[in-house]
Amino acid sequence: MSVVTFDPEKDPANPPVGGGLSRRELIKSVIATGAVVSAGSLLGGCGSGPGETQTAVGGVERLISLNINGKVRRVDVVPHETLAMTLRYKLGLTGTKLGCDRGECGACTILIDDTPIYSCSTLTHSVRGRAVTTVEGLQAADGSLHPVQQAFVDELGPQCGFCTPGQIMTSVALLRANPNPTREDARQALAGNLCRCGAYDHYLNGVMRAAQEA
Amino acid sequence: MAYDLIGKDFTPPDVVAKVTGKAKYSEDFRVEGMAFCRIYSSPMPHANVKNIDASEALAMPGVLGILTADDLPPMPAPNRPILTNEPRYAGEPIYVIAAESEELCMDAMEKVRVDLEPLDFTVDPLQSLYPGGPNATNGGNVAGRGPEGAYVKETKWSARDFAAAGEGELPMGPAETEWAYGDLEAGFADSDYVLDDTFITQGLSHHCMEPRTALAYWQNGKCFVHASSQSQAFPVPFLAQYIGIEPQNLVFIAEYCGGGFGSKGTAYPEQALPAHMSKKINRPVMMRVTRVEEYNIGSARPGFQGRIKMGFRKDGRVMAVDLYIVQENGPDVGMNDYISAADALALVYTPENMRFRGIPVATNTPPRVPQRGPGQNQIACVVEPLLDKAAAELGVDRLDIRTINTPNNGTLYGPNKGKVTSAYLKESYEMGAEKFDWARKKSRSGQRDGTKVRGIGLGSAYHSAGYYGFDGLVMITPEGKLQIHTGVGNLGTYSHSSTSRVAAEVLKYDWDNCVIVRGDSRKHLPWNLAQFGSNTSYTMTRTNYVAAMDAVNKLKEIAATDLGGSPDDYDIGDHTVFATADPSKSMTYAQAAQRAIELGGKFSGQEAPEDLNPMTAGAVAGLAGQGLIGVAKDTLESDGTPPAFAAAFMEIELDLETGKYEILDYVGIADCGTVLHPAGLDHQIKGGAVDGIGLGGYERHVYDPQNGLPAATGFNASRVPTYLDVPSTMTTGAVGIADPMNPVGARGIGEPVQGCAAAALLSAISDAMGGHYFNRVPVMPDMIVNAVSGREQSHGPLQVNTF
Ligand code: FES
Ligand code: FES
Repeated sequence: MSVVTFDPEKDPANPPVGGGLSRRELIKSVIATGAVVSAGSLLGGCGSGPGETQTAVGGVERLISLNINGKVRRVDVVPHETLAMTLRYKLGLTGTKLGCDRGECGACTILIDDTPIYSCSTLTHSVRGRAVTTVEGLQAADGSLHPVQQAFVDELGPQCGFCTPGQIMTSVALLRANPNPTREDARQALAGNLCRCGAYDHYLNGVMRAAQEA
Repeated sequence: MAYDLIGKDFTPPDVVAKVTGKAKYSEDFRVEGMAFCRIYSSPMPHANVKNIDASEALAMPGVLGILTADDLPPMPAPNRPILTNEPRYAGEPIYVIAAESEELCMDAMEKVRVDLEPLDFTVDPLQSLYPGGPNATNGGNVAGRGPEGAYVKETKWSARDFAAAGEGELPMGPAETEWAYGDLEAGFADSDYVLDDTFITQGLSHHCMEPRTALAYWQNGKCFVHASSQSQAFPVPFLAQYIGIEPQNLVFIAEYCGGGFGSKGTAYPEQALPAHMSKKINRPVMMRVTRVEEYNIGSARPGFQGRIKMGFRKDGRVMAVDLYIVQENGPDVGMNDYISAADALALVYTPENMRFRGIPVATNTPPRVPQRGPGQNQIACVVEPLLDKAAAELGVDRLDIRTINTPNNGTLYGPNKGKVTSAYLKESYEMGAEKFDWARKKSRSGQRDGTKVRGIGLGSAYHSAGYYGFDGLVMITPEGKLQIHTGVGNLGTYSHSSTSRVAAEVLKYDWDNCVIVRGDSRKHLPWNLAQFGSNTSYTMTRTNYVAAMDAVNKLKEIAATDLGGSPDDYDIGDHTVFATADPSKSMTYAQAAQRAIELGGKFSGQEAPEDLNPMTAGAVAGLAGQGLIGVAKDTLESDGTPPAFAAAFMEIELDLETGKYEILDYVGIADCGTVLHPAGLDHQIKGGAVDGIGLGGYERHVYDPQNGLPAATGFNASRVPTYLDVPSTMTTGAVGIADPMNPVGARGIGEPVQGCAAAALLSAISDAMGGHYFNRVPVMPDMIVNAVSGREQSHGPLQVNTF
């Protein structure tokens, strides 16, 4: 499992989004599109008063655009906010789980472009301009399951299911990079995804089935 | 017996949500106006809270309130306090503070002044038993659950008790619990080989992947709790008690749970914190639990310091066992693992004569609660390697020394001559030996390849596997659907569905026409036992069976009323009830359900049997008038303990230079009666094996004796097994002989499938090392390297908290 860091300021291919809008316009659009969930206050020092959202902290733009599951989502993000928290508490994407929030378990695995990363250990600001894929972004437009998801159903991959989204995201990344992995390849690729229920054998069966059927 | 549904695989209704991320665990819910609270936990292993000054914190904008132990009603033992003024382990919750955001909670905590007076503490039971040794609690140092309920007292052994034991031996002062049967001395006298060893089994954290986050709010006098719970119906009255309300005023939502392993089996005190806070600040409250907090409050398996003397006849038969266990029990009444361990030994090895003594000693470490095979799996780790030692000494095959001692259907075990409902451990071993090819593989024992050597191991474990007396509830709707209401939780075994299928089987329903109703106490759920103790398969197949039989009887009665004749003239099939002599005289289930509504009374739940639990009675009342109700309390015969046995075989390749090993082959066999759900059973056997490999060879639960602080709180430091530590394929099987005390022949299995794997690993390691016996678990690579190179181990024989 590699932890990828991005520096969008130094990466001209992926400039920070939203530069064309004034801050006030951006705030309005955020409110209009409902990108900020209505659940009262949010985690991670996201400000307790409406005035605060308009303040750039430490010179870093807080209202940013993220490319999540193929859609641009505008969201208010403090500089030290992790991607897992943004996904879960700002964008309502709770399929990404927090098992440890410290880079040990892989429950929070998502894809940045095609690379699986631990979203609990990635700052949201660092993924501006990158394609973020979460488990919610895998199903086809008609709702049919991604081949990895389908294979995990057919092989009864999960037990409790808490590690499952992370296992699936790593498996999807593996099959994109290597459509015909050996079981050992899959085992190595998934080694950063813990499963306390011990469903490893079933997950590997799922990956191998997905590879076969894809 | 041939079944349509039982024993067949199916897609459990919750699995798609698990792969799409739609499954909602407690931290996935949001409520309008939700505030957050955070736990302040003790930085010391034992202290008195002299004062808490939160005035500065409470003056901060956005800080909403604080709760301390003084704000909460005291909880009578064996309940643990929700918050405490006498923290007894590092990490015990002292107060919670609520604010608009979690970060603000943490800022506020910086401003709360907590005045703590440090007290004596201990992380080693033997230290506490020594004259003048520290007590873990102000109430004493020995606490447990006795026949008369919870107790706490002070017990010190004499210096003479300690001196008498001799260097490196377990002192054995007065015990708290003891029993014996037979004639111990005669048993040892009749033995051809007697071994006498001390042992250590380390405590273990559950490390559930999902921390026990909870969300609570109040609405119209009801308290809503989104909980991380492995059970659904059973925790309700207990959590209601922690919150201080009547059970019917608690809405308990636990549709998904990210692992419990015993630690979320019933209500736990911290689950009530957001409810209390929500009441105080009049806002919904989310209490997120961090990984470290999960480690601290998530409890642990007790550790053992013990001594065992075993006598064997020359054919391997166990003639006598003398067992003494000092149990590390955490800060309060803990868990009776040590008693269960002795019980398991008496059943699994059926010794002719046996004495057990034990004492649970309080330590300033996390609370001890059940963990998969509580006691049974520790004792499997102790005894199984000793069988190998005896087998080598006596020249008996290692499989034979096991099968000569296994219980059978007629066994009467332990001091009370307890019965089992059926027992096929021997058959499990035989099936495993065949799948593993024991006869051929054992000849590879000790085979060298450079620095690597083969080890072949085997072992078994046991847990009781079922109870009785709970309620079942089904409803046939006027649309012809079968709603199976289940109070079974979702701990990842899919037993909520596999046990529900019994109701469909009895009513000859197409599975596609069945709906499982579960996961939320508003859904009219029956009183079911918790998902612990490997009991669900046995207990709730019985409840679903009796509920479905009640529905069958009502279908026949309705048909007789409308179509003439007596109920006995009717049979069911194809979703209809029809006259056996003239199948054209029939009505569909849908029609019968409509008639049930019209007839009212017992048919549609306006009346219910009097012996139902109040929870079930309430559920029936909630459904009344909506369909044909099948409801009953399980009063079926149950004579004897339904056991779950598992046997395992393992081949490893151990590198003598590094102490690391690769597991080359694993075969796990279950004796759980009729198999309800093959894929689910396969999961349990394999998942249990992963867990057992952790128990036997990897996981650490260590406290620093200087400061009483944990040294391994996270997944990595505590070394939870990964993909790379376990075989990538394993083989499973089941004996599959129906149990006579269950209507479909099923018994549970979840627990021994861990113990047997741990035992097989220890056996394989010893085998690779030419029979070297480590008297402790887990066996770590450094211990292996030390033993191979003839170096002294870095720990003393009875030392705890070793790395
Ligand atoms: S939650 Fe990110 S690695 Fe565990
Ligand atoms: S399925 Fe429970 S942690 Fe993996």
